[in-house]
Amino acid sequence: MNFETTIGLEVHVEMKTNSKIFSPSPVQFGSEPNANTNVIDWGYPGVLPSTNKGVVENGIRAALALHAEIEPHQHFDRKNYFYPDNPKAYQISQSVSPLGHDGWVEIDVDGEKKKIGIAEMHIEEDAGKNTHSPNGYSYVDLNRQGTPLIEIVSKPDISSPDEAYAYLEALRERIQFTGISDVKMEEGSMRVDVNISIRPVGSDKYGTKTELKNLNSFNYVRKGLLFEEQRQQRVLMSGGEIGQETRRYDETTGQTILMRVKEGSDDYRYFPEPDLPSLEISEDWVKEIGDTMPQMPNNRRDRYVNELGLTEYDAMVLTQTKEMSDFFEATVADGADAKLASNYLQGDVNAYLNDEQVDLAATKLTPANLSGMIKLIDDGTISSKMAKKVFKGIVAGENPAEYVKAHGLVQLSDPAQLQPIIDEILANNEQSVTDFKNGKDRAVGFLVGQIMKQTKGQANPQVVNQLLMKSLQAL
Amino acid sequence: MASQIDEQQVQHVASLAKLKFTDEELSEFTPQLESIIDLFETLEKVDTTGVEPMTSATDRVNVMREDVAVNSHQRDALLKNAPDAEDGYIKVPAIIDESGDAE
Amino acid sequence: MNFYETDLTQLHDDLVNKKISATELTKATYDNIKAKDDQIEAFLTLNEENALAEAAALDEKGIAADQLVAGIPLGVKDNIVTKDIRTTAASKILDNFKPIYDATVIEKLKAQNFINAGKLNLDEFAMGGSTENSAYQVTHNAWDLTRVPGGSSGGSAASVAAGEVLAALGTDTGGSIRLPASYNGVVGMKPTYGRVSRWGIIAFGSSLDQVGWLTTSVKDNALLTSLISGHDDHDLTSSTRDVPDFGAQLNDDTNVNGLRIAVPKEYLVEGVDEKVKEVIKAALKHYESLGAIVDEVSLPHTQYGVAAYYIISSSEASSNLQRFDGIRYGVRATDVQDLEDVYVKSRSEGFGDEVKRRIMLGTFSLSAGFYDAYFNKASQIRALIRQDFENVFKDHDVVMGPAGPTVAYKIGSNIADPKTMYMNDVLTVPVNMAGLPGMSIPAGLADGMPVGLQIIGKPFDEETMYKAAYTFEQSTDFHKAQPNIGGQN
Ligand SMILES: [Mg+2]
Ligand SMILES: [Zn+2]
Repeated sequence: MNFETTIGLEVHVEMKTNSKIFSPSPVQFGSEPNANTNVIDWGYPGVLPSTNKGVVENGIRAALALHAEIEPHQHFDRKNYFYPDNPKAYQISQSVSPLGHDGWVEIDVDGEKKKIGIAEMHIEEDAGKNTHSPNGYSYVDLNRQGTPLIEIVSKPDISSPDEAYAYLEALRERIQFTGISDVKMEEGSMRVDVNISIRPVGSDKYGTKTELKNLNSFNYVRKGLLFEEQRQQRVLMSGGEIGQETRRYDETTGQTILMRVKEGSDDYRYFPEPDLPSLEISEDWVKEIGDTMPQMPNNRRDRYVNELGLTEYDAMVLTQTKEMSDFFEATVADGADAKLASNYLQGDVNAYLNDEQVDLAATKLTPANLSGMIKLIDDGTISSKMAKKVFKGIVAGENPAEYVKAHGLVQLSDPAQLQPIIDEILANNEQSVTDFKNGKDRAVGFLVGQIMKQTKGQANPQVVNQLLMKSLQAL
Repeated sequence: MASQIDEQQVQHVASLAKLKFTDEELSEFTPQLESIIDLFETLEKVDTTGVEPMTSATDRVNVMREDVAVNSHQRDALLKNAPDAEDGYIKVPAIIDESGDAE
Repeated sequence: MNFYETDLTQLHDDLVNKKISATELTKATYDNIKAKDDQIEAFLTLNEENALAEAAALDEKGIAADQLVAGIPLGVKDNIVTKDIRTTAASKILDNFKPIYDATVIEKLKAQNFINAGKLNLDEFAMGGSTENSAYQVTHNAWDLTRVPGGSSGGSAASVAAGEVLAALGTDTGGSIRLPASYNGVVGMKPTYGRVSRWGIIAFGSSLDQVGWLTTSVKDNALLTSLISGHDDHDLTSSTRDVPDFGAQLNDDTNVNGLRIAVPKEYLVEGVDEKVKEVIKAALKHYESLGAIVDEVSLPHTQYGVAAYYIISSSEASSNLQRFDGIRYGVRATDVQDLEDVYVKSRSEGFGDEVKRRIMLGTFSLSAGFYDAYFNKASQIRALIRQDFENVFKDHDVVMGPAGPTVAYKIGSNIADPKTMYMNDVLTVPVNMAGLPGMSIPAGLADGMPVGLQIIGKPFDEETMYKAAYTFEQSTDFHKAQPNIGGQN
């Protein structure tokens, strides 16, 4: 029997705002437990939530990036359930009027493009964190409680683990370019739950789906789905039935393990949050936000190729992160040659980031300094060899022009200064001159080397070449 | 219309609400709830076709706070009010069921 | 000190002019409380030590002329959080709870240097109409100690009626200020939803709750309401409308000439006690004699108000009260094996029967399969109730009727039958459902017990209500009647 697979993804993305979604406590990682909390985060008697405007705006940004329709009349709902990291015993979320709906992203699997629909996306609050100890207790830290989340639910358009992987890549890329989140799974700013079902090809009814929770990387998502797809096939082929289960992907064995069997659906008793006035999202507001939206990566790539003359490959590499792409654009905007800027970012800069294991933002390198260096190469002030030294200066935050000056790195390009040196070298190397006249081109290389040695490498090789040829032919 | 709640239903609702009733309490509560739910069911008589539900009485809309962080510096006071706390954490008996994790 | 023989303005002038010191006034207040509260049992927590220290400090620096309540001890219902002062909402689950912040209303009063006399009894989490549902004590009606004070602001109303304090803060979700005001012969105002910040009010029904005052006079009430009103960044549902100085507009020229009073026929039906009706009809006649125009109108959805109200308020309450779980504050059950025990035992031991009933009703009304028939249906009825009022207010200024269908009943007489208790709210809940301002003022006695006239206003038109109430008060003697507690006074 042949089966077809249906996969659904529920992705949570943490926004990097200054304050929480319903309380002014800071959104900050790595603080002491409960340091970023107040009476609202603890669900104290008598407290009330207050909506962070920045979160609503970020939600609109995400919706625009994912081609979603934005709901003009929104309200928040309460989702009720007890858990120690959920201090009010309800999560303020959106269920009836999610911020966005009916969006899509485009994926590319083995050269085949496909649009994956987004059913809905809404804003909500994150829960705190429980740490389980073997001593029979759990420990609750509410720092994360109230961190703004955007939840993105896909339509049942994904039909293979590879497509799921590509969908996540596309989602991460676009969200990242809105600037609202770091979207890093390893840091928990992107979290993925998936469900998967299979059915005989041609069947009009979906099969029973199983859920995989708390997957730690895109790769595990793919591997977990693959395992689950095959497991379900095995079960059905052997005449078994798929149970409505939540399963966990075990990274060491590469298998999925049963966590719990779902009995009916959970009863969250949603109802409209009475503490928060509703939101009316005007077209003007959406337009205002749209106008200040960073350009999406596919549009950037088109521009890099068509306007800046880069190759598709270069454009792809430069748009892998918004940080890199923004840096590139700022460098070019500052007057640097686009090709050189691209080469430096993909070459020296990337090598440096890899060596130091840092993000671009964590370095002292600025677009102005990179473009400054590129301009010095362009106008012949420094050689590309010298640039290797200058680069060390600019990643340490130094101004390239000043660095060149301070380290005497200025290239000798003035014929009036170079000619006497050439004359002297020619006078001292008669054998080479003779060799040249006898047609031995090798002699030129030797003479250039002597000139470079004499000038401690500062001579502009192109100018030296020109002057030397002229002198040799005149002899 | 007959009331929609019996002892089993009361037990189910109690479990959602994290409450527990003894058999005695249950036999007292159930008829009380039944009679109140009968009262609720009188609403069936009202034709509400097309009526937009009213879930708030506020005259305000689009009220939002600017995204500015304020640290309360209330951590110690908060922890002091907790029935059990350790090393800056709120302490609770072990969580076995993970199903409560927020979605 | 007999608070019936003075008022807020008088006390304030005396304090400013040093005819009396804040310390003397505070001591006199506690003398009142000590003389009467053994019988009234209105206070859950006295703040005497702090109050006297604050009074002494105020005497030291003098009472500012622009701080109306400076140096004046006032009572606070115990579901309003007060920093460092035990706040229980009359529940065992908050037996040990000391808030670390102040409600906005308390902040506003503190900014005016008021003296917090202490925390007043209520039905647990404000759920009830008799104050018999307190986990701590039963408060007694000041007029007849064998009767209930009404609820849930029963402690506040009885304390003011007994002359223990000049005024007290209450809260009103479905009549919890107006009903006890009526039962105790005092003035009680529930302002328009959004007029007063709910920050720091332990939530019961979030879309219905409002804070207000219980006082012996209309003018005191008006003056005090202005002090606590206004927008608050902490409460996004609070209104940004201007707050008039309600008290400043009450003077010898205040009148009800041409005031158009609507009297809903549904408010004077069978279920309302005949003697109560007589008092109300006489009051309306009196209004006519003062130049007002009284019309009979209809609020056709009134009879569905109680059912719709109990669905909505219990649903909201079931969610609001989930935070009381024994984990972050309050009382955690001791004999626990696991997390489930912490939840179930803390809540089952910590909540009283009425609170459990409401949680059950609310949880049920929101649960899968029932939401549409209960919560959603009730919310639609709520819209119809508001529409009823809007229609009447097209050509009327205020609505009037009784605040409660009866006078205060005997302690213990209704408690066994929750449904009967709920029906007592039939005349007050529509006001909360519609988000309107409502007040009760003394209108006379029936069988020796006070009867409250309920005045309902247009949204944010407390001004007209206060004027109507003041005119009535000044032209009658009902407000001067004082209870005779145990032969005192
Ligand atoms: Mg979800
Ligand atoms: Zn979610």
